[in-house]
Amino acid sequence: MKKRTFLSASALVLTAALGSTAVLAQDVFKVGLIVPMTGQQATTGKQIEAAVKLYIAQNGSMVAGKKIELIVKDDTSVPDVTKRLAQELVVQDKVDVLAGMGITPSAFATAPIATQSKTPLVVMAAATSSITLSSPFIVRTSMTLPQTSSPLADWAAKNGIKKVVTMVSDYGPGIDAEKFFTARLTAAGGTVVESMRAPMRNPDFAPFLQKVRDLKPDALFVFVPSGAGAAVMKQFQERGMDKAGIKLIGTGDLTDDDQLNGMGDVALGVVTSMQYSAYHPSAKNKAFVAAFKKANNFRPNFFAVGGYDGMHVIYEGLKATKGQGGEALVNAMKNLKWESPRGPVSIDPETRDIVQNIYLSKVERKDGELYNVEFDVIKDVKDPGKAAK
Amino acid sequence: MLTILFDGIAYGMLLFILAVGLSVTMGLMNFINLAHGAFAMVGGYLTVILMQRHGVPFLLCLPLAFLGSALLGAVLERTLYRPMYSKPHLNQVLFSIGLTFMAVAVMDYFFTSSQQIVQLPEWLKGRTELGDGTAWELGMGHYRLFIVAVCVALTLALQTILSRTRFGSRLRASVDDQRVAAGLGINVNAVFLLTFAAGSGLAGLGGALGAEILILDPSFPLRYMVYFLIVVAVGGTSSITGPLLAALLLGIADVAGKYYIPRFGAFIVYFLMIVILIWRPQGLFVRKGGKA
Repeated sequence: MKKRTFLSASALVLTAALGSTAVLAQDVFKVGLIVPMTGQQATTGKQIEAAVKLYIAQNGSMVAGKKIELIVKDDTSVPDVTKRLAQELVVQDKVDVLAGMGITPSAFATAPIATQSKTPLVVMAAATSSITLSSPFIVRTSMTLPQTSSPLADWAAKNGIKKVVTMVSDYGPGIDAEKFFTARLTAAGGTVVESMRAPMRNPDFAPFLQKVRDLKPDALFVFVPSGAGAAVMKQFQERGMDKAGIKLIGTGDLTDDDQLNGMGDVALGVVTSMQYSAYHPSAKNKAFVAAFKKANNFRPNFFAVGGYDGMHVIYEGLKATKGQGGEALVNAMKNLKWESPRGPVSIDPETRDIVQNIYLSKVERKDGELYNVEFDVIKDVKDPGKAAK
Repeated sequence: MLTILFDGIAYGMLLFILAVGLSVTMGLMNFINLAHGAFAMVGGYLTVILMQRHGVPFLLCLPLAFLGSALLGAVLERTLYRPMYSKPHLNQVLFSIGLTFMAVAVMDYFFTSSQQIVQLPEWLKGRTELGDGTAWELGMGHYRLFIVAVCVALTLALQTILSRTRFGSRLRASVDDQRVAAGLGINVNAVFLLTFAAGSGLAGLGGALGAEILILDPSFPLRYMVYFLIVVAVGGTSSITGPLLAALLLGIADVAGKYYIPRFGAFIVYFLMIVILIWRPQGLFVRKGGKA
C-alpha cells in the first residue's frame, strides 16, 4: 500500500469516525474504488485513482445533498482479492457504488456481488466485451476490444492494406481483438494470412516478427497489454520491417500515453485506433490534461479518462435520482450523454456499455514529446461484441 | 531459416549469461539459490538508471552492472547465505524464494511496476543482411551479434579460470571436501565469498544485456526463474560447456518452435526438457566426485 493511499484511507476512517456528528449517515454516499495499485497493472490503478480524485476536487464532494466519500482499495490484480474487497466494502463499509476493476477477471469475480447486493458497479478499465452481460448492475466507462479493433480493420481495408498478419497476447482481450479485427477485415475484402498468439510470459518477439517478415504482409496488427508495446516496436524496427514495406498497426494499448514518451523514436509513425489520446484537440481535453499534469506530474492515459468519466456517471446519476442509490441509480446512468475529455460519449441503455468515437492516430513528435496524433475518426461506435451475440 | 538459427543462438547465449552464475553457485557450491534472478534484475535496473538518469555510456554500464550485483552478492553471502550452507535444501529453497519476493516488492516500491525501457546507442541498433531473401538469407541484428560476442568471451574466460588457475583448483577442492581443503590452508570462506559474488555479478551482467530484449520490470526474477533452472538442470554442473550447450539448445528450440508452430511454440522448451531429463536424469554432463 502506498503511503499516500494509506494516509488518505486512514484520514477517511478518521473522518468517518469523527464526522458522524457533523454529517448524518444517510447524507453520506460511499464510493468503493477497487483498482490495482501494486503489481503488474499498478499503472492502471495509479491513473484511475488520480483521475477520480481530480474529478472530486473539480466538482466538489457534495452531490444532491449527499457527501461523497471515496474508499480506495488495492486488489493487486488478483481476482480473488478483488472479490473479497468488494464483499467487505458492501457488507462492512456499506458502500453505495463499487468502481474500478483493472482487469477482466476482477470484473467477472465482482459481478455476482453487485447483482446480489443491488450495488451499481462502474467498470473503469477492464475491456473484454462480455463483462456487461455478467450483471445488470454493471455500467462501463472504459472501452471494449471489439470496439477499438474493428474500426482499425475498416481503415486498413480503405487504405490499401489487404494482407495482414495478426499478433496478440494469448489471453481474453487478445483473442477478442484477433477475432473482431479478422472478421471485419475479411468482410471488407482483406485477408489475414496468419494469426499468431504470443505467450504472456515470454516476451522475445523475435521469432514471431521474423515470421511476419517472411510472409511479407502489407501490415502487422498487434494487440499487447499496455507495457509490452515498447519491446514489440523496438524489435519491429531492429528487424528492418518498415524497410521491407510492412506497416505496424494496433489498438492504442500498443502506444499507451503512460509510456509512449519513454519509447523513443521507434514509436514514430505507428498507426493505432483508440477512444482517447492525451493530444485530443478539444478545449475540454486540454483543460483536463493541464489539471491532471499539475496534480500528478504525469500524463493521463485512456485508463485515467475511464476513471474520470466513471466518476461523472456516478455524479450525474445521483443528481438525476436526487441521491437515491441501487437500481434507480443504474437506471439513471443508462441514458446519460455528455462531453468527455475524449469527445462526445453516451451510455447505451440496452447494454450499459459506453458508446464513443474511435480515433485513428499516428505517433508524432509534438512540443518535444511523443503523442498519438489523431487523423481520422469513426463516430459513435457501439460495442460490436454485443451485436455479434 | 539461417536468421531463425541466428536468433535462437543469440537468445540461447543470453539465457546462458543469465544462468551461468547459477550453475556456479548451485553446481559448485551445492546451494539452491532461487534468488539468482533478483541479482539479474538489480543489474538490469542499474543499467537503466545509470544510462537514462546519469548519461553513462552503455558499454561502461555492463561492467558496472557486474560489479554492483557482485558487491550486493558479496554482502548478502556474508550476512544471509553463509549460515544457510549447512541447512537442508528445502530451507535454502524457502529462504531464497522469500528473498526473491522481497526483491520484487522493493523494486516495485522504488521504481513502480512499470517496465523500464533501455535506449541502446545507435551503433548497436543496426542490422546486417546477407543473402538474397531466400531461405538461406541471414539477417543479424547488431545487438544480438554483440550478445554472442560477449558470451563467447565470457565462456572462454570462465573455463580458463575454473580449469587453469590456482583459484579454480582451490574452488574445486573447497567444494569437494571443505574440511580437507581447510586443512590444506585454503580459506574456504573467502573462496565461497568470491565465487558467490562472481555468480551474482554474472547474473547482473545478464540482466544488463537482457534489459533490451526481455521485459525488465519487478516481476523479472519470477518470470525467468524457470528458464535459469532449466538451463542448469539440463546442462548439468560439471563444466561451463554443459550449461552453454543446454542454453543454446533451448534458445534455438524456443525460437524455431515459435516460428514454425506458433500455436505450440511456448511448450517446445518444456517438452524438450522432459525428454532430456528422462534420458539423462543428471543432466547432459555430470561431474564425477563432488557432493551428491
